[in-house]
Amino acid sequence: MTRISFHQDLEQLQQNLLHMGSLVEDAIYNAVDSLRRQDLALAEQVLRADDQIDRLESELETECMRLFALQQPLARDLRIIGTVLKTITDLERMGDEAANIAEITLRVGDQPLIKPLIDIPRMAELVKAMVRKGLDAFVRRDVELAAEVRRSDNAVDAIYAALNDELVEMTMRFQSMREAKQAFLLLMAARHLERIGDHATNLAERVVYMVTGHVVSHQPPSALEAAGQGAAETGDSRE
Amino acid sequence: MDHVHAPPVPAPTFTVRNLTIAYSGNPAIKNVSLDLYPRSVTAFIGPSGCGKSTFLRALNRMNDLIPGVTTQGRILLEGEDIYAPGVDVVNLRKRVGMVFQRPNPFPMSIFDNVAYGPRIHGVTDRDRLSAIVERSLTAAALWDEVKDRLHKSALDLSGGQQQRLCIARLLAVDSEVLLMDEPASALDPISTGKIEDLIDELKNRYTILIVTHNMQQAGRVSDRTAFFLSGELIEYGLTAEVFESPRDRRTEDYITGRFG
Repeated sequence: MTRISFHQDLEQLQQNLLHMGSLVEDAIYNAVDSLRRQDLALAEQVLRADDQIDRLESELETECMRLFALQQPLARDLRIIGTVLKTITDLERMGDEAANIAEITLRVGDQPLIKPLIDIPRMAELVKAMVRKGLDAFVRRDVELAAEVRRSDNAVDAIYAALNDELVEMTMRFQSMREAKQAFLLLMAARHLERIGDHATNLAERVVYMVTGHVVSHQPPSALEAAGQGAAETGDSRE
Repeated sequence: MDHVHAPPVPAPTFTVRNLTIAYSGNPAIKNVSLDLYPRSVTAFIGPSGCGKSTFLRALNRMNDLIPGVTTQGRILLEGEDIYAPGVDVVNLRKRVGMVFQRPNPFPMSIFDNVAYGPRIHGVTDRDRLSAIVERSLTAAALWDEVKDRLHKSALDLSGGQQQRLCIARLLAVDSEVLLMDEPASALDPISTGKIEDLIDELKNRYTILIVTHNMQQAGRVSDRTAFFLSGELIEYGLTAEVFESPRDRRTEDYITGRFG
């Protein structure tokens, strides 16, 4: 075993990614919770947390570039650092989407909700679980779990599509501008959650690349399954 | 052993089959089979003592010079068995030339170093020799630096220049294959860069086989990489794939420094 300090740096890099990921998970939960409970203080807290997520992204990017420059990583190490570098962008965007939802909470303010929020919190639960599982898959080098994340995105898209129809229809029926506007804002919130699902899918696809070396982004789900199969067949866990 | 997944590949320069080489009975290369391709660079990597230099030296029968060496298996150069009885070894080493870790210019002028090979092979005409020297030094990216002092001693050149002179010597006898055993390990980064640029240039015409301990160098200059360990060929494939996603755990551990 050589390059001990490099591998310690690499371990720390992954810990920092997980830390950033847990902040993003909290942001998603809190943003939707602030909307559901119309808790403006909580929304403000989400906005502040987003600054911290942005800062972490910069720090992690700098660290990735430093390791590329000084250590010239190869093979597994190369894929880990490349994966972190791409994943922080997705996490940062998820943080932005959560902040967008918090902004919606502030815009809705204390006006009565046009409908009880059920689908939006359900979407939030789903996408938060996708992020959680994506990060778990990263830690455990688990291609099967990553594939599960990608499948979950279909459920998120389905809820979004249904909610979209419902809110558009409601918007048409509303007499007041205020209610129509709120329906539109809720639709936007759902859209932000749907985007978080897409970023979580990206995260899962990066994990597949990191573990197997196969790029499965922009490919049908079968490619992801196949990459996982390949890794299983060669008994190549590459932990 | 997995085969290389490359676009249509030309006929191999070397076809090596079941090669086993032993020093006084101790195997240094164990049953290695692989094809080496023309107009490309193949890098040989592996820890010290893994057999990569022994393998390289087998390709122009330099191992014959070491007492107690036994070579089994077949090495075909463009289809011809180089270990067959009656093979002209001098001619083989002309076709398959070697550059060593430490540049080894002859203690004579720059001109005479390059003209040495052609003279041995019977070229005496002064103008023809001059033309060969200029062409070879130009191809070795050394001409501009030495054209005004061709008759000065080669030993006064810098290490990097001496190494390029040694390459020019091979080009002067129309070698087809260039074997390079850590050709830049004794050079500073600028001289190393010049050698690597030269390798990149020469690979359009030659089969280049290079042993290196420098992973980054292997990545920069080679098209294919072969990883040896304890005399066995562990992995052989496109360099980009071997360095990004090696198939064998031992390759992975070696190139990431987790070895042992």
